[in-house]
Amino acid sequence: MLTERVQLSTSIDLDHRGRDWYTDKAVTFLVFVGGISAIVLIIGIFVFITKEGLGFIAGSLDVREFFGSLAWRPTSPTKPTYGILGLIAGTASVTGLAMVVSVPFSLGAAIFIGEFATGRLRETLKVLVELLAAIPSVVWGFIGLSLLNPLIIDIFDVPVGLGVLNSGIILGLMAAPIMTTIAEDALKAVPDTYREAAEAMGATKWQVIFRVVLPAGRNGLVAAVLLGVGRGFGETMAVLMATGNSIKIPTSPFDSVTALTATIAAELGDAPVGSDHYRALFTLGILLFVVTFIINLTADLVVRRAGRK
Amino acid sequence: MVATDVKLAVRDLNISYGGQRALSGVSLDVHEHEIFGIIGPAGSGKTSFLRTLNRMEIHHKDMTVEGSIVFDGRDISRVKNVYALRRHIGVVFPLPVGLPMSIYDNVALAPRLSGIKKKVALDEIVERCLTRAALWDEVKERLDGLGSLLSGGQQQRLTIARALSQEPKLLLLDEFSIAVDPVTTMRIEDVLKELKQELTIILVTNLVQQARRLADRTAFFLNGELIEVGETEAFFTGEVKDQRTLDYLEGRFG
Repeated sequence: MLTERVQLSTSIDLDHRGRDWYTDKAVTFLVFVGGISAIVLIIGIFVFITKEGLGFIAGSLDVREFFGSLAWRPTSPTKPTYGILGLIAGTASVTGLAMVVSVPFSLGAAIFIGEFATGRLRETLKVLVELLAAIPSVVWGFIGLSLLNPLIIDIFDVPVGLGVLNSGIILGLMAAPIMTTIAEDALKAVPDTYREAAEAMGATKWQVIFRVVLPAGRNGLVAAVLLGVGRGFGETMAVLMATGNSIKIPTSPFDSVTALTATIAAELGDAPVGSDHYRALFTLGILLFVVTFIINLTADLVVRRAGRK
Repeated sequence: MVATDVKLAVRDLNISYGGQRALSGVSLDVHEHEIFGIIGPAGSGKTSFLRTLNRMEIHHKDMTVEGSIVFDGRDISRVKNVYALRRHIGVVFPLPVGLPMSIYDNVALAPRLSGIKKKVALDEIVERCLTRAALWDEVKERLDGLGSLLSGGQQQRLTIARALSQEPKLLLLDEFSIAVDPVTTMRIEDVLKELKQELTIILVTNLVQQARRLADRTAFFLNGELIEVGETEAFFTGEVKDQRTLDYLEGRFG
């Protein structure tokens, strides 16, 4: 028989909360704040730029002119116009060329580092690639301005070496190390058993890579390219220095263009706070924010899909 | 003649990993159309032995191999195209490896690598190999499903189908039943008995009873040495030359 009521006693102390308990709670709270702050900051930034930009979108914005016109004349005293078609074309052409430059480079480098290089060569290369990724963008811009510019003038016999070609190459070289690192991670995530299974069937090294490893790591590789695109799209300083800064839809690789990011950087300091010009620049910011967000989100989703498989 | 039906002749084979001996002085013959069992405790050199037969050692920098292995009259250390050699020697690893592509592509991979492109020919190979691996009936409705999503036992049969897809003359199985349920194991064992008519099989196994069920002759490896080779039935009726073989068979050490 069980007794009806269990005897309670306080003979052992189970209620005392010592330092360990409070430390644990404090750390839990701090880590929570740290984690939540990232979200709060992102939302804060978004709210800030939309607040400044929305006034323009609601007020002076003419959507057809905004996306369809080449005329970006925010400082015109008589009739300011805000057409960003030229800026979009500049960003798109430069980012596009950058991808043409960096995708073959970085995939090749990732395959070499991940599948061919061994031991010290491999470790050295990885460190070097990471070092490349850490070069500040102003240094890349400087290289574009003072090294690539005269080179392009010499080789192609054109009057100016700043433009789509110059900034595309510079941006491509900038994006390549990050893409290489991520692509190499994607290849490393492919289990060795896949390689062994294919090798045991008599597949050559190249067949193993091309038919088994690359398809198996496909999602990670796509993510690497997308993050590279995001990097190129959002880059400002190098583009500012190497594009030549003129608003137009490029018809040749030697044409000078300007990018969304570079325009904001160049003009925000001069635009009176609260003016239409100032707010229009913030609208560009919203556009950049949304596009980069979509690119990164897509990359993230692709990576997650890779992880689930 | 005895000499003609020797499929694989191994003489004085030494394998070491960076100076550490894994296998020493192994000499044996494997006959055509037999299942040759290899038993022995973990670390006895069984897997190293199998890897050498397929020249997989070239992927291990610190693995060195001495001695001679003659497959179908060719010394395999002298072949100029190691990939061609591997197409004649199929391997099934302990853990099933369904490659992350469709079931069809898993089996068609090797034929495609060797240049077969015609859909009809590939269809025929896929169906024949899956049938021989006793998997066809289970997957014929979903050949475009992912091979890596099959169950463990199915993936192992898929691996066998893949190994058969190039018509190998020699099939190496390394503890194939380690990740497979007993029922599937029995099905695969039946498959192997059938396959024996067409090719030669070397079966490395941890399960002494599996060797007894399948192998015509069995070799006992211990600590990197070949203790003895004999008719499997003789082993199990106690006709062994070495006391250690008997001890192992009867589970007196492990």
